[in-house]
Amino acid sequence: MFSKEKLISYLATTAISLWLAASGPASAQLQIEIVDGVEGALPVAVVPFDFGNAEMQPETSMHEVIAADLQRSGLFDPLPVSDMIDRPTRPPEISFGTWRLLEVDYVAMGRWIPGSDGVSGEIEYHLVAVNSGRTLFSRAIAAGPGAFRLRAHQIADAIYEELAGAPGAFASRIAYVRVAGAGTEDEQFELIVADSDGHNPQTVVRHSQPIMSPAWGPEGRRLAYVTFATGRSNIVIQDIFTGQREIVSESRGINGAPAFSPDGRMLAMSLSRSGNSEIWVRTLESGRMERLTDHWAIDTEPAWSRDGRRIFFTSDRAGRPQIYQVRRDGTGIERVTNEGAYNSRVSVDPYSGLLAMVHGGQANFRIAVLDRESGRLRVLSPGRMDESPSFAPNGRMVLYAAREGERGVLAAVSVDGRFRQRLVLADGDVREPAWSPLIQ
Amino acid sequence: MNFALKFFLVSALAILLGACATDTRDVPAEPEPQPQEPSEPSEPVEVDRVNPVDFADSRNLDNPESTLSQREIYFEFDRSDVRAEYLPIIRAHAQYLKANPSARMLLEGHADERGSREYNLGLGERRGNSVLDLMQAEGASASQIEVVSYGEERPVCRQSSESCWERNRRVEIVYTAR
Repeated sequence: MFSKEKLISYLATTAISLWLAASGPASAQLQIEIVDGVEGALPVAVVPFDFGNAEMQPETSMHEVIAADLQRSGLFDPLPVSDMIDRPTRPPEISFGTWRLLEVDYVAMGRWIPGSDGVSGEIEYHLVAVNSGRTLFSRAIAAGPGAFRLRAHQIADAIYEELAGAPGAFASRIAYVRVAGAGTEDEQFELIVADSDGHNPQTVVRHSQPIMSPAWGPEGRRLAYVTFATGRSNIVIQDIFTGQREIVSESRGINGAPAFSPDGRMLAMSLSRSGNSEIWVRTLESGRMERLTDHWAIDTEPAWSRDGRRIFFTSDRAGRPQIYQVRRDGTGIERVTNEGAYNSRVSVDPYSGLLAMVHGGQANFRIAVLDRESGRLRVLSPGRMDESPSFAPNGRMVLYAAREGERGVLAAVSVDGRFRQRLVLADGDVREPAWSPLIQ
Repeated sequence: MNFALKFFLVSALAILLGACATDTRDVPAEPEPQPQEPSEPSEPVEVDRVNPVDFADSRNLDNPESTLSQREIYFEFDRSDVRAEYLPIIRAHAQYLKANPSARMLLEGHADERGSREYNLGLGERRGNSVLDLMQAEGASASQIEVVSYGEERPVCRQSSESCWERNRRVEIVYTAR
């Protein structure tokens, strides 16, 4: 093991953020189970990466992380390592015949190339198509202690992008709220940030009063959320690496539903300081406040369009909650949803601009995706109490909260609705997931 | 216990509670023990008996016979209009506020779990505001009342059933100063 000082100096020099300046590891990790699989997932093999006799051994098994990522996407069917006949580390070492016999279409492999200090170095990795015999890519990426897991996710993203034709989203994080001891004297709310595979959960903030509505900054290091720590709702922005916190709204009434603008310079919110909930935008640097709506209805849950020129929001101005949009200057309010008695809590697909929302009526609340170009609304989730949709940074999956009996679980579903997984905590209740942007 | 001793204890308790009620205005958290109803109508304790329809009397806040002891107002799904059956409760508390200008009240608005959380935060506030408006219409001063919404974050019942949901769709009247 390396000393803490050495680790810190390594991290400082390589600028790889090891982990959060948080109040410590969270008690339990999300377990991911695949619920509905996809027929015809691509057969791939991720060969164990070769670290030889290097002094530096990764803290994590890279090929396992990569294979698990690919499997979780629903598009790939990784071959178990125990079925592999040989273990190439570079394309010239591949004997294509054996992989064809195993009916594997693509083989990923890699090896560690130590640097002069023996601590940091590079991972060289390759992807080969078995049938054509072509090498699809050969690349290298810097790595070192504490960074292997992130590098594994990034390699999985590279494989995904090469084979699926769209960026991956494995090198990302999820934030969620966990409630322990719900309904008891010891009830605790925790805001947790974990890797996209549920690994390494870290508590960002913990309190006996409710915590709600986490939202990521576009750089993936700031989280805005609502806390009731004072007994009233306040909006806080917290840097997950330094732990630095700033209260950005504590006006009379509701301070809720924060949403960073795509450029990260503004925060949209729902505030009731003027008497009832309206959409406001705060310019973070200057503190300038602008009110975008002025209506007796509940106007809340703002979500920015990808170009930052419009804001989608929930309003019950027509009686029941529906999705509306307003231009950034407060003009041009227009209704967006027409199908269904209840539509709320939009999440905007950062990749193609689809809108995910809570869609329902009296009995069922489900996650639906609206394609505004075709006008088509597709219901993706099967639950009765599904909520809080959040798009993956590549737009391929929607993470959301569901209820099972008296507890909350997280689930993710592909935008075509064909593939679904559950993210379950051994104990406690989880809710309000927010998927981060890609970690660069 | 013989009758004389019992009589003495009940009288002593009643006097003690009377004293407490005027001295502990700012301590609403612990519900006080209820004054015992004397079993015999001729008991002299009756001189100190609380009139349950005297809504200016802070002792009625803890008197189960008085409307002032009722602090919950329930709502229909996705609605914030107050049903007529709850108007007497609101009137009683409005009269109390009017008679006790130093009293302060929190109206905690809540929603059931259905639908999205932030919308429900708005709904809880709107329910609180409906009660606030009626309190004001009955003569209470807005400066005595604050509305706080907890949305669906503080349910009293956690099953996903209508019987549970209807208990969660509520405004709770909480005195922060009596």
